[in-house]
Amino acid sequence: MSNDFRHSVETMIPALRRYARALTRDSDIADDLVQDTLVRALRSEKLFLGGDLRAWLYTILTNLNRNRRRSLARQPTMMELHDTTADASGTEAEGRDISRALATLAEDQRAVLLLVVLEGLSYRDVADIQGVPIGTVMSRLARARAQVKAVLEGERPALRRVK
Amino acid sequence: MMTDHTIPVTEDELHAYVDNELPAERRDAVEAWLAAHPDDAERVASWRAVSAALHAKYDAVVDEPVPARLSVDALSRTPRRWMMGAIAATLLAFATGGGVGWVAHGANAKPSMFANITGDALEAHKLYVVEVRHPVEVAGSEKTHLQQWLTKRCGWEVRAPELDATGLKLVGGRLLPGPTGPASFLMYETASGERFTVYAARASTETTQMRYAANDGTGALFWADRGVGFVVSGGADRDRLEHVARLVYDQNEKMGL
Repeated sequence: MSNDFRHSVETMIPALRRYARALTRDSDIADDLVQDTLVRALRSEKLFLGGDLRAWLYTILTNLNRNRRRSLARQPTMMELHDTTADASGTEAEGRDISRALATLAEDQRAVLLLVVLEGLSYRDVADIQGVPIGTVMSRLARARAQVKAVLEGERPALRRVK
Repeated sequence: MMTDHTIPVTEDELHAYVDNELPAERRDAVEAWLAAHPDDAERVASWRAVSAALHAKYDAVVDEPVPARLSVDALSRTPRRWMMGAIAATLLAFATGGGVGWVAHGANAKPSMFANITGDALEAHKLYVVEVRHPVEVAGSEKTHLQQWLTKRCGWEVRAPELDATGLKLVGGRLLPGPTGPASFLMYETASGERFTVYAARASTETTQMRYAANDGTGALFWADRGVGFVVSGGADRDRLEHVARLVYDQNEKMGL
């Protein structure tokens, strides 16, 4: 296995963990996904015929997560219980709100929002990762943003009005 | 006050503006539009607030120490024990019998999906491995074209695995009629002329473990993966066949990503 390839994969781990954490909102599941992604990538070095390694790794992780969600589909949905007491400090409360808003998104919309906003990938890359036209990426992004906005405003109207 | 820009700003452009994907020449138009449309300006501000909240919540993960189990060194050392175990646990040597029905053993043997696929694969193997001048339709030197063509015709991702580690080079491939539709057929050979073939056809089973069958000095390992049945055929040397089949399996595992 070439050291360059390995090193390139290695430098992506922190960002993959961030994406996985936001995608699943569970640090154990997130690291499981990252681990599976790395195992697949390292085994498949010979199949990686150049191109954008970063986008390739995000593709593997996105697909593994989709498979994981599919296998869970028949099980009841588990919702986290959130503590939304009024005395939570601003940043903390906001953090909980954003993760709750993420939880309400459809899987593909959540992935688009996170890949574009959090990971800074181009619309083109996201279209390739999801195997859809750019127009589909745009409509998923628009729906995700509208939904997150609605959740955040619906739940915290008082704070929204302050500014 | 209305702006006089001739091309109206679309919602897609507002998103592209926020995500820095807007062509430079539209930037002024979008900014003028936002100045004149407070509702859109408010939406854009709310999207930016979502971005800020996501970064505030999740950027800290990047600075966390990477857990030991995600170390690239450790992961690339890990042998694929589960696969070896799976093969060891399921290798079944079938008693040899004549003809295609050799897989479908026993009295209740209505030919199974695997009997059909493996039977067809073995027929093709025997037919073409002896062929010297025209063993394939498309040569291995045109690998990219071969893969694209077979993928298009078969309907699943056909990749010719890299078997260099075993001394096998891709001779090329063919399209064949399979039990329920097209089948892909790839041939490999060593410098000394030993030949292996990799056959794949649509299977009715999603995934199965690897099984072994032998007949008339020819051995085959077969399994299904994501709805495609694979048959690797070669000589009677079972260890060698397993080695080759494992390489094929490993590389196919990447597909469907």
